[in-house]
Amino acid sequence: MAQKSDIVLEVKNLKTVFFTNSGLFKAVDDVSFTVKRGETLAIVGESGCGKSVTALSLMRLVPDPPGRIVGGSVTLEGTDLLALDETEMRAVRGNRISMIFQEPMTSLNPVMRIGDQIVEAVRLHRNISSKEAQNIAVEMLRLVRIPEPARRAREYPHQLSGGMRQRAMIAMALACRPALLIADEPTTALDVTIQAQILALILDLQKELGTGLVLITHDLGVVAQTAQRVIVMYAGRKVEEASVEALFAAPKHPYTRGLMASIPAVPASGVPAQARLNEIPGTVPSLVRLPKGCAFAPRCKLAIKRCEAEYPPLADWGGGHLAACWRAEEVAEVA
Amino acid sequence: MFAYLVRRLFLMLVTLFGISVVIFFLLRIVPGNIVDILFAAAGYVDPADKANLEKELGIDRPLIVQYWHWISGFLRGDFGYSYVSEKPALQEILPRIPITARLAGLALLFSASIGIPLGVISAVKQGTRLDYALRVVSLSGLSLPSFWLGLLILTAAVAMFGQIPIFNPNPKTWLEAFATYAVPAAAVGFRSAALTMRITRSSMLEVLRQDYIRTARAKGASDAAVNYHHALKNAILPVITVIGIEAAFLIGGLIVTETVFNIPGVARFLVEAIRWRDYPIVQNLVMFIAVVVVFANFTVDMLYAVFDPRIRYTD
Repeated sequence: MAQKSDIVLEVKNLKTVFFTNSGLFKAVDDVSFTVKRGETLAIVGESGCGKSVTALSLMRLVPDPPGRIVGGSVTLEGTDLLALDETEMRAVRGNRISMIFQEPMTSLNPVMRIGDQIVEAVRLHRNISSKEAQNIAVEMLRLVRIPEPARRAREYPHQLSGGMRQRAMIAMALACRPALLIADEPTTALDVTIQAQILALILDLQKELGTGLVLITHDLGVVAQTAQRVIVMYAGRKVEEASVEALFAAPKHPYTRGLMASIPAVPASGVPAQARLNEIPGTVPSLVRLPKGCAFAPRCKLAIKRCEAEYPPLADWGGGHLAACWRAEEVAEVA
Repeated sequence: MFAYLVRRLFLMLVTLFGISVVIFFLLRIVPGNIVDILFAAAGYVDPADKANLEKELGIDRPLIVQYWHWISGFLRGDFGYSYVSEKPALQEILPRIPITARLAGLALLFSASIGIPLGVISAVKQGTRLDYALRVVSLSGLSLPSFWLGLLILTAAVAMFGQIPIFNPNPKTWLEAFATYAVPAAAVGFRSAALTMRITRSSMLEVLRQDYIRTARAKGASDAAVNYHHALKNAILPVITVIGIEAAFLIGGLIVTETVFNIPGVARFLVEAIRWRDYPIVQNLVMFIAVVVVFANFTVDMLYAVFDPRIRYTD
C-alpha cells in the first residue's frame, strides 16, 4: 500500500445534488476514491452518469444554483477543499488543482491572446512581474510542444487549430505545477490522430511533473492506454473500482462488462464482420426517478428480484477490486 | 485594410449623396415656402412682390438647378444665407453645435457609464431582487419619453426649489458647465442608459454561459475579474452597436429636450428652421448631422475590430 503522504487527493462520500423544477436529483451519490502522486485514475461512464459533475465538484465549480455539494469531503494534499471559503478556494484553483475541458474550441477566451491567458493563470497565484510571467507562458507553450511558442503566445485562439488549443489549455492548466490535474474528456472533440498526441502529451507531462491525474472519459480504449486505476460510474454512483489490469481481465459489474462488449472489434482477416455491434439495451435512468434497488437492474440481463429491491453494497472482491452487484461472481461466467 | 477603407469611404459618400437628395426634395414637397409664410403672416399678397422675392432667393428656378446650386456650394464650403436672419448659414449653425455636442456627449457618457455597469450587475445577479428592480427601472426608462421626463424634472424643480434651472450659455468653471448640461443630458440619456443596460444584461447572460468563463473560474480568477475582464470584453460588441445607433437617435430626443429646457442648440434650431422653410439652414444642418451619424457608424465598425480580434477588415 502507498504511504499516506503519497496520496494527493482523497474523496470521501462525495454527494452533489441538483435542485430542478422536476425535483431533486443526485448527480453524484456517495462517491469515494483516492489519487496518488503521479497516478492516473480514470473515471468511466456514459453521458449523464455524473463523471463531469464529480470533476466540477472537486474544483467546487458546480453551478450553484441549481447544483450543490451536500456531503462528503475532498481532501487535497491534506486540506479539505469543501471546508475552504471562496477566497481560499480561489487560491487553490488553477494552482494546486487544475482542469482541462472537453471543448478546446470554446474553452479559451476568444478575445484574449493565448499568452495573456496563461500569464493570467500564473499571476493569479505567483507574485511575479508580467515579464517573468510572459516568459513562463512561452516556456509552457514550448513544454506542450507548440512550435514557435513566442509567436503563438501573441496569437488569439481562433488562429490555432483544435489540437493546438487543447495544448494551450494544458499549458495553462499546468503553468502553476498543480498537484492534481483533472482532464474532462480532453480528447473527445479532437481528430483521432490528434487524440493520441494529446494523450501522450498529458501522460509525459504528468510523469515529468509528478502530477496526479483524474481522467474522465467514456472511451475504454483510452483507459487501457493511460490509467492505473479505474472507477466506473453509473447513475451518479461508483459501481466498480479496480486496477486497469484487473478490470479488463475480469470485470465484476455487468455494466462494465456491457461497456467492454460495446467496443467494436476489428475482425481478423477471413472472419466475416460482426453483423451488429453489441450495445447495452435501454438508456440511463432519469436521475430524478431512480429505481429503489440497483439503477442498472432495468437494463441488466442478470437482474434478479433482489436487484430491484435492494441496492447492492460496494464489496471488495480482492486486491482492492470493488464492485456493487449482487451477482458479481457470476458476471464473468455469463458473458 | 487600405482598400477596405477606400471602399468604405466611397460608400459613405454615396450615402451622404442619397441623404442630400432626400432632404432637398422632402423640403420642397412640404407645402409652402418662406415667401408664402411671410406673406400669409402679413395678410396681404401682391403677386409681383412675391415673385420678386422668390426670384431674389432663387426658389423660382427649376428644382434640379436649385439642387445643383446648393450642393455645389456645399462642396465648396459655401453654405448660403439664412432666409430668416439673412446671416451666413455657417454663422448661424456653428455656434450652436458645441452646445448640442456637449449635451449629446454627456447623455452618451451617462448611458454608457450607468447602463453598462448596471447591465453587468443585473446579469450577474440574475433572478435576484436587485435584478428585478433594475429591470423595472430600465423598462421605465424605455417607456418614458424624454420630453415628458424633462417636464417632470422641471416641475419637480419648481415644486422643491421654487425655480427652474436656467440655461447658462457661458459657464465659467467645469463644474458650472456640468451643472448646466447634466440635468437635460440625464433626461435624454435615461432612455439610452436603460437600453444600454438591457442589451448589456442579455449579452452578458449569453457570455456567462460560455465554456471560457468556466475556464477563467478554474484558473482561480475572482468574480470581478471573470465578470469584467473575461465576460464583459466578449459581451461588449452588441452594446457598442446599440450606443452607436443611440448616438444617431439622440438627435431626435434632443429636439424636444432642448425645447423643454430652453437650450439654444442645433436640434431646436433645426425645428425652427423647418417651420420657416429656411432651406439653407435645414439642408446644411441635416447634412451636418448626416456626416456625424455616418462617421459614428464608421467608428462603431472600427471599434468592432478593436474589441474582437476575430473581426478584421480585409481587402
